[in-house]
Amino acid sequence: MTGSLADALANLPPGLILILGALVLPLLRGRAQAALTLVLPLASFAHLSLFGEGTTATLEVLGVSLTPVRVDRLSLVFGIVFHIAACLSALYALHVRDATQHVSAMVYVGSAVGAVFAGDLVTLFVYWELTAISSVFLIWASRSERATRAGLRYLVIQVGSGVLLLAGVVLHYRATGSVAFTRLIGEDGSLATAGPGVLLILAAFGIKCAFPLLHNWLQDAYPKATVTGTVFLSAFTTKLAVYTLVRGFPGTDALIWIGVVMTLFPIFFAVIENDLRKVLAYSLNNQLGFMVVGVGVGTELALNGAVAHAFVHIIYKGLLFMSMGAVLYRTGTSKASELGGLYRSMPLTAVCCVVGAMSISAFPLFSGFVAKSLTLSAVAHEHLVWVWLGLLAASAGVMEHSGIKIPFFSFFGHDSGIRCKEAPAHMLLAMGIAAVLCVAIGCYPAPLYALLPFEVDYQPYADLGHCLTQLQLLLFAALAFGVLMRTRLYPPEVPSVNLDSDWVYRRGLPRLGGAVGGVAAKLRFALTGVAGRWLSVALRTVHHLHGPRGLLARTWATGGIAFWAILCLFGYLLLAFTR
Amino acid sequence: MSEHEKRGWLDEPRNVDRLFWGLAIVCALLVVVELVFGRHAEFSWEGWPGFYGAFGFAVFVAVVLIGKRLRRFLRREEDYYDR
Repeated sequence: MTGSLADALANLPPGLILILGALVLPLLRGRAQAALTLVLPLASFAHLSLFGEGTTATLEVLGVSLTPVRVDRLSLVFGIVFHIAACLSALYALHVRDATQHVSAMVYVGSAVGAVFAGDLVTLFVYWELTAISSVFLIWASRSERATRAGLRYLVIQVGSGVLLLAGVVLHYRATGSVAFTRLIGEDGSLATAGPGVLLILAAFGIKCAFPLLHNWLQDAYPKATVTGTVFLSAFTTKLAVYTLVRGFPGTDALIWIGVVMTLFPIFFAVIENDLRKVLAYSLNNQLGFMVVGVGVGTELALNGAVAHAFVHIIYKGLLFMSMGAVLYRTGTSKASELGGLYRSMPLTAVCCVVGAMSISAFPLFSGFVAKSLTLSAVAHEHLVWVWLGLLAASAGVMEHSGIKIPFFSFFGHDSGIRCKEAPAHMLLAMGIAAVLCVAIGCYPAPLYALLPFEVDYQPYADLGHCLTQLQLLLFAALAFGVLMRTRLYPPEVPSVNLDSDWVYRRGLPRLGGAVGGVAAKLRFALTGVAGRWLSVALRTVHHLHGPRGLLARTWATGGIAFWAILCLFGYLLLAFTR
Repeated sequence: MSEHEKRGWLDEPRNVDRLFWGLAIVCALLVVVELVFGRHAEFSWEGWPGFYGAFGFAVFVAVVLIGKRLRRFLRREEDYYDR
């Protein structure tokens, strides 16, 4: 009996426990429901340990060979960190009494886990769309007009990405006869020689990875999700996209510059953004840029850097979203203009937030440092000077928005006068575990390095000069903040919304549509006016001539006809003489 | 803030000043340490003493001031998209 159960479990693809478990959740109520939401990721994590490296399951459908499960080093490391994030997020969401959120979160996590273990593009597509459809309920669960609309935009874009993926897979299958999800880009790493199917697949991955100009669904939707929903969302969708890029597009030259742009442009938006959860969304975009650069460089060191960055990023970004979520939960706002001085009321949340901020800024001994160093040294090894400078500038930018702005304007700065309770115990526990992980990985990176897809021959603390330069970069940046505050040059936080590329489809296109419609209507009016006038003149003439009593409609007397006939003949006679 | 509330260490403007000057001293010390012990450099110009400090400071100021300028073009009322 136990043998057959173990067999059945071993045959169940990773992640499916979460999806099937989510179907049971609505049968439970209250605490039991929330508790099962915590048990499911733990059970799924235990289930994952049954799978050894190299496990695959294949299946023949309609003559196409599918690989629903493939376990290798790359998928395992993402599978592990997805489960860590799922456990922490579920613990953080223990107070939620809303079946919609619990069910959608579990299906979402399960499909993201399933996607990283998908060995073929068709299975990937199924999970890809499932992550989109399940996660939108975490946004809609805010149950506000804004969230509903943002959720719809999010859904259209995410499902659109899936449609592009499917189209790409079909074209790729026709070109190569295979749907296996392996390296898709050619050995030269050039997009110019890639087939149309591969380009479509890259576009699909690019949307989910929030490439520049395709990014704005992220900043639009994530801050409008529920307190706990944003924590879930921050971990999976974009990092699933990073995984697919590492798998399908390592060493694609174009990704280097796409990544650099991604690290740089969000930092300007983050400076002027008032909603701190939206600042974190911009910061998330900037962090993805580092990973995309790593994928673009494509050496073993760089790919290790991208994967390690994704791993630690999921934890510290989750921690930052948790701390801002706790602030939102207790005070009802996450706007910098309304917050400040909360360290008095929420000291433990403040400490956790600062740990997250120092991790994302990559202070030595914090997790961001041991991951980002891999990517930066890989870029330096390839002598990509401008890329390296761009990433260094972006690192100082991270210090601005995530290192200083997030903790300063919520917990320190001017006292907003808000006095509230400290975050609930389960939230503190989730944040505490995440904070401990950030410091533990930062101080002792060996276990993380052991998980990476390629062997790591890198000692982040062997070169103390590197720690020194990193400290210089970050502390001088902090000093610059002090100088700007004291000289009052730092822009004040004001209630506002800043235009970004979402303006194009939220205002630009509707306006363009309205304008085109208006012109068309005017044109139609003008045309019908002119044509109408001509038509009425023509009709009046016809009516005049042929209507009742019209000149040509009268009945004429026989004598009159004879007279006109003789007149005509006489005319002919005259013409004949004149010739 | 209620009158009975204990004033925190950070509520004293004097302490905030101390924090700022403390940070400035730490920054200066970092440059001194670099000068004394030296370090390995990837690119020649990157080996200049204080390069990272100057770069971090300059980028931070530039990002904030450019962001401030951008606000002129990008800032709208909070209900811009609701109208």
